[in-house]
Amino acid sequence: MYAQLVKTSRAKAPEEMSEQERAFQARIDRGEKIEPKEWMPEEYRRTLIRQIGQHAHSEIVGQLPEGNWITRAPTLQRKAILLAKVQDEAGHGLYLYCAAETLGISRDELIAMLHSGKMKYSSIFNYPTLTWADIGAVGWLVDGAAIMNQVPLQRCSYGPYARAMVRICKEESFHQRQGYDLISKMARGTPEQKAMAQDALNRFWYPSLMMFGPSDKESVHSAQSMAWRIKINTNDELRQKFVDQTVPQAHYLGLTVPDDKLAWNEDKRAYDFSEPDWEEFYAVVRGDGPCNRDRLGARVKAWEDGAWFRDGLAAHAAKTRGAKMAAE
Amino acid sequence: MSSEWPLWEVFIRGQHGLNHRHVGSLHAVDAEHALRNARDVYTRRHEGLSIWVARASDIVASSPTDDGPRFAPDDARIYPHPTLRDEAGTP
Ligand SMILES: [Fe+2]
Ligand SMILES: [Fe+2]
Repeated sequence: MYAQLVKTSRAKAPEEMSEQERAFQARIDRGEKIEPKEWMPEEYRRTLIRQIGQHAHSEIVGQLPEGNWITRAPTLQRKAILLAKVQDEAGHGLYLYCAAETLGISRDELIAMLHSGKMKYSSIFNYPTLTWADIGAVGWLVDGAAIMNQVPLQRCSYGPYARAMVRICKEESFHQRQGYDLISKMARGTPEQKAMAQDALNRFWYPSLMMFGPSDKESVHSAQSMAWRIKINTNDELRQKFVDQTVPQAHYLGLTVPDDKLAWNEDKRAYDFSEPDWEEFYAVVRGDGPCNRDRLGARVKAWEDGAWFRDGLAAHAAKTRGAKMAAE
Repeated sequence: MSSEWPLWEVFIRGQHGLNHRHVGSLHAVDAEHALRNARDVYTRRHEGLSIWVARASDIVASSPTDDGPRFAPDDARIYPHPTLRDEAGTP
């Protein structure tokens, strides 16, 4: 998902656990929330830092493909909507960084790990937004996929993460709706506009399916994360749910999902569909997607270009503090 | 170079008549900056009528290891609770 490759080991059996670990697992099984200063297994803490960190980085890097179109939005209203949406994503990143920091890592460390490539962000943001219709596709499909994953995480076991998710989910529905609204206007517009909408769907369909991470068959080690309730559903469960929700919307819009194997399966009461190209997925995760270098380059540049401003604010605050103390 | 801004906890009064509630935290150089950032980060949709910010390092918290004795319901002291119970403990 926004954290696509957070691996943990297989879940520990009760007899392998220490007394403390057993008590911890019992709290989770009772549905209790774990709070920052409470005891937790080191592996739980480390896994959460990776997961929340990747999630935060995705929100932040996710501003770039959309930010690309703010100056070129076709109307003032669309521009205002897009600005508000991108600002929300910045907010999501900040909520999540704060949640990660409660686990004993600093903001600077998190940012340094993003910039050095040690920590990842979602593969989806390494695809370009080539036309205005892509902005619709991003809201409709990418935010749509994000919601699928984030709604259950509101019930995850770590208090600060769960609470950040509650705030985020409230805002995501606006994101998805504005995207669907945008693409539906284009799908019902001129033949050229409709072609743009179809082209956007063609390019974003499989990358959106990749957002849920590798197939459950592909030895994704998530059993421990599920036992700890920091992962609620498997990747394939969520992907299926996303397909089942999105395909009827595409039909309604008169758009064609780019998959000839796509068919309703009455027995499982869900769609059969083709899996994305996992070779491509791993290439993008490794750093060889269409925009990896651009995205990371833009992040690092923004951080470095802002250094004088951050330092200036800090220096000013120190000076004012000094003056106040002298006056007292 | 690390010159991380200090961490602030943010509290917001959502509606008239309600207490301020902790909503999250943020980094800022000073109180004024923290208030301004809190407005942008936590009240983009008119969620608040009033904001408090407090430096995280100034907050004194009970430590979780004390929680057992300090917060466990004291069975001998039923009188602070609003339901009146008889000696058998049934309401
Ligand atoms: Fe978001
Ligand atoms: Fe979003």
